[in-house]
Order: sequence, then structure tokens, then C-alpha cells
Amino acid sequence: MKKIKLPVTRIEGHGLITLRLGEDGEVAEAKFHVTEVRGFERFCRGRTIWEMPGITARICGICPVSHLLCSAKAGDAILAVRPPRAADKLRRLMNLGQFVQSHALSFFHLSSPDLLLGWDSDPARRNVFGLMEKHPELALDGIRLRAYGQKVIEALGGRKIHPAWAVPGGVRSPLSEEARDALAAGLPEAMRIVQDAISLYEEHLDDWAEEIATFGNFPSLFMSLVAEDGTWEHYGGRIRFVDADRNVVADGLDPASYQEYIGEKTEGWSYLKFPYYKEAGYPEGLYRVGPLARLNCCDRMGTPLADEALKRFRALADGKAVTSSFHYHYARLIEILASLERIGRYLEDPEVLSARVRAEAGINELEGVGVHEAPRGTLFHHYRVDEDGIIQWVNLIVSTGQNNLAMNRTVRQIAQRYLTGREITEGLLNRLEGGIRAYDPCLSCSVHAVGRMPLKVQLFDQGGALISERARA
Amino acid sequence: MITLTIDGQRVEAEEGQTILEAAKAAGIRIPTLCHLEGLSPRGSCRLCLVEVKNWNGKLVPACATPAQDGMEVVASSERLRNLRRMILELLFAERNHICAICPSNGHCELQDLACELGMDVVHFPYRFPGLKVDASHQRFVYDPNRCVLCGRCVRACSEVEGAMTLGFSGRGVYTLVEADLGGPWGASETCTGCGKCVQACPTGALVERGKATAEQEKRPQLVAEVTERRPRVQD
Repeated sequence: MKKIKLPVTRIEGHGLITLRLGEDGEVAEAKFHVTEVRGFERFCRGRTIWEMPGITARICGICPVSHLLCSAKAGDAILAVRPPRAADKLRRLMNLGQFVQSHALSFFHLSSPDLLLGWDSDPARRNVFGLMEKHPELALDGIRLRAYGQKVIEALGGRKIHPAWAVPGGVRSPLSEEARDALAAGLPEAMRIVQDAISLYEEHLDDWAEEIATFGNFPSLFMSLVAEDGTWEHYGGRIRFVDADRNVVADGLDPASYQEYIGEKTEGWSYLKFPYYKEAGYPEGLYRVGPLARLNCCDRMGTPLADEALKRFRALADGKAVTSSFHYHYARLIEILASLERIGRYLEDPEVLSARVRAEAGINELEGVGVHEAPRGTLFHHYRVDEDGIIQWVNLIVSTGQNNLAMNRTVRQIAQRYLTGREITEGLLNRLEGGIRAYDPCLSCSVHAVGRMPLKVQLFDQGGALISERARA
Repeated sequence: MITLTIDGQRVEAEEGQTILEAAKAAGIRIPTLCHLEGLSPRGSCRLCLVEVKNWNGKLVPACATPAQDGMEVVASSERLRNLRRMILELLFAERNHICAICPSNGHCELQDLACELGMDVVHFPYRFPGLKVDASHQRFVYDPNRCVLCGRCVRACSEVEGAMTLGFSGRGVYTLVEADLGGPWGASETCTGCGKCVQACPTGALVERGKATAEQEKRPQLVAEVTERRPRVQD
């Protein structure tokens, strides 16, 4: 009877893929459309800077923590303060918890059914419940690992989803000794689970050779934050671009000056913007972000077990950049390992129990940029405020957006390989979703809902007439 | 002493006490919003409406109606529940009460009332006004989008602090709380910055500057405590 309207719309929900055939009957064009509108950049105007972490956290239910932390960082810039050291460490700790839970969700709950039950298996069973039947131990492990990441978030923010904990200037509450000890106790099991998963992935590499070759396997630029010394980074550091040979294209870029090197293009057929590396132009400036990009960009992981894993990862491409988006899965698992190792370090650091966690200040800058690494890639929050701290203008560059060009390219590559004739087959549809899912875009949660998958594929001939359509409602 | 019944229960009250005060003394709950102990009654929100049986079922605000001898008051009935819920729905539909991101989330009288009265849906179309937030004050923020126009801040400012800074401007749904004769609150020459308005405010309309989601806890009872402590001048 009544529509419930909530201002939390973003892109999760509905995806549409259109394929157009050329004169030769081969796929000439493939587009991945995001058909839902966001509006956050507009309706945040007029709100106060102190509300922004809470508002932007609502952009997503999987990655509220990412927006929360990034928004708080933009707030730090506007207050012109450096959060106390303990607050910095605690924010990092929460972000690592976020990496663990989000990556675990992506790999175990959303993608492992494709990987382990097979691309042509029954879609009604190709989900986490099907996984439970075939590989119950793995499914439970995945749930436990994700729960561990959630516990890290809860220990700090008081709740697992949408904790309103990070604020401009720091964080609201410190970590208690009991919570720290509980987290430390759960760490060994989480480490065991992710190491098992990495072994499992490495054992299956040969089985997935064909998908690895076609799921977004193309040379491109990669972008991520890296620490001053080139180590893998998830919260601070500077921007680095590398190319497919892992040559550093640009390094030490100030994240706050992102507009100097990142352009944003809009296309009439998608509500998602298309960021690109300005120097290379559009669309040649296609770059990828996220786990794959971070591992390609960094010099080392900075923790012993993750560094061992990075060596094996690098060996896939003889030390060059790993260019198949299929290996986002691999990179994701290695990042879980790195995150857990770092969580262990923070839990041993007595400073995380410090009660000095919040710097107070007024409005000291009228513009601020917050940048950090969300699980899916580099996230930018850019605000302008008036003298009273009221938001005048907002620009958000989210990870899924930055992979937009790459996802489109991936869809085309998969369509060219798996489309036979003029019919969209089940196998094609499965692989198209699998290709998109490798990027773990924000719409993944709905794309892999049990028994329902609102992804739709349309095939057009060269004249623009619809010749085949397939969707699961 | 006068005697009346509330929901069939015999209740004694002193001359001059309101129905609300009599009910409270007898442990009978009547929901209120614009009423705040320590401030003059206003009877403007109508949430404390009760039915007087022997006045032909007339509806009166319990906070502003003196208890009278022989009065038969109904404080809870299906009719009252529906009316109170509808009043709340109108309040929610009038402005933008988005609890999830509100500094007063979890510490809000409007939110508590919605839970108490079982308001799980708003049947009226939301107006979604785009009212301007005033963050010009050094210590406080006024967000008219979260204001229910109960006037507790206005009364606390004049009746307790005596500054008479805050007042209403405009009419009906366009009413706003403004400092002095309008203009930014931060520029007010009369505001003492005491913060009683913030403590008196039942929602997140008035909050301390810098408070994030769910962080603003208030002490509205402070208003009554202040008035209690104040030395009385004998008439």
C-alpha cells in the first residue's frame, strides 16, 4: 500500500548488460549499465560536516566503515587537525576489520559457489546454501572469518553495521582491554581459515585457466595508495599508478589533489561515472583499483606471511602486473592475510588502549579531501563547507566507479569468448555475472541473492533490434 | 482536595493541579511532548489529549486543563491511541526526521513516542522541506528540519534564562525558531550561550556543535532543577 522511501539508494540492486553485434555477427560492443541513481552528492548539501560520516556511511551496508572513515578523514582536513596517534591506529584497526569481513563475504559467500560448484551448475543451488551441502567446512569457515572481521568493527564501534564511531578529529571511544583480549583470542582461527583458503585457491589455478584467460584479462593501469616506502597501504600514504609491466607511471601523488590526475566522465547509458587517468585520456586512461591493483602497485606487503603469498602471486606474471581480473579473488585472500597479521600487531600495541582519541577544533579549512583504501579500492570524499561547517559541495569517487571502465571491458571480453550464435545462454549469463563479481562491486550483494538475480542481459543486432534477452527475476 | 477519576481510577488532586499532574501523581502515564516540567504549559502538541466523559467526550490537553471535581477522564482508549498516533504521524510528515543519522538518535523524545505509540508507518505524504541549518553559533546548532515547534526552547529561554533570545517567526508549517528578530543565531546580541534551549529540546533540532550521530544526550530535567534552586521572591 505504501512505498517506503529511504535516502540510502546507491548502486546496489540492478545491473543491465547490453551486447551489440557487428556486421560480422561478433560482439562489437558490450555495456554494463548501472541503472539506479544515487544522489548523495546532492542531498548532503546543507548538512553539517559533523553529520557527514553518519550520512555517507549509509551509502552501503557492506562497506559503511569505509565511507565512515573516509568521511572522518575529510573532516580532519576541514578541522585542520591531526587525530591523536591512538585514534589513527584505531581507525586503521577498524579498516582492517572491514577488509577481513568484506573480502571474506566476497570470496566465501558470493564467489566461491561459482568457483567451487562450477559455472554451469544449477543456479538455484549455486549459492552459499549449495556450498554448505558440498563443502560444509569451507562455508562455515567463511562465515567464521567474516564474523571475526565484524567483531573487530563491533569491538571499536559498538555495532557491526553503520557504527557512528569515527568523527572529524578522531574517534568517539577507545578500545577496551577486554575487547582487545577477545579479538586476540579469535585471531589464530581466522589466520588458519585464510591460509587454508589461499592453499585451496592455489590448488585450483589450473581448473580455472580458461576463466583466468578471459575474465577481464587485458593490460591496463592500476592505481592505489602505497606507503611512503612503497609498502602496501590501506589508510594513508600516497597515490601510485603502475602499468601492466609494473612500471611506475606516477608515484607520490598527493591524494588530496586527485582532480589533477583523475578525470570523471559521464555516459548517458549509466548512472555510474567513469573515472580515468587524465594523462592517458578517455577511455585509454582506464585504470583498475582494489585488491588486484593494490598488490600490483605495492613493493611489499610489510608482514611476513603476506609477503610470502605476494611472491607466489607475482610469480603468476613473472614479476609483472597480474592483469586478469579473475585474480582479484587471489589478491583479496592475500589481503585478508595481510590484514589479520596487521590486526595482530595492533592488538600487541599498548597505545590502542589510550583514551586520548579525539581532537576538537572548529572550522579551519573550507575544503577537505579524505582518501583511503576501501576493500574494493581507493575511495575519495571531497567536501567544501562554509564558515559554519555547512556542506556546500560534495564529490565522492567510489571504488566501483573506478572499475567501471574495466568492468565494461571485462563484459565485452567474456561476451566475445562465450557468445555463440544469437542466443544468450545460461553459461554466458553465468560467466558475465562471474566476471562482474570478480570486482566485488557494490551491487554484488543483490547480484548473488539466493534464488534471485536481478541481472539482465540484452543482445542487439547491428541495426539495434533486440534479438535475445535473458534475466533471472 | 478535589476528586476525579482517570480511566476509572479514583484520583485525588489539589486545587489548581492539571489533569496531567494528577495523573502523574497517581502513576498513570499520559504521553507528552511540548510539556516540560519547570516551564509554563502550552498545550500545543496535543499528544496529551484526554477525553472527559461527562463533558460529552470532549478532548482536552491534559497538560493545560485544570483537574475538576467529579471529572471522569479517559486517558487511554482506542480513540485516543489513534488520535495520538495520527498527531505523531503529522509531526513526522511535516519535516525531515531521519533518525539513522540524527545526533539525538536513541535519546529523542519524538522517537521514544513513536515507539511507545506504535507508529510503524506514516500515512501522510512527507513534505521534505529543505530548511536551512543554522550552525553559526559557537556552541550550538539549530536544524529546523528536526524541529517539532513544541516551543520548549523558546519558553526555557524566556522563562528560565530570561534572555528572550529565541522566538517563533512565520505561521503554520512555515514556522521557525529564530534568534532575536531573525538572522544568524551566532550574531545574536541577547543569547547568553547558556544552552538551556538545547537541554529542553526533545529532538535533534537543537544540538551541541560537533556532536555526531546518536551522540547528543540531553538533560531536559535540568530546566525544572534550575527553577527549583532559584531563590523565590515573596509576593
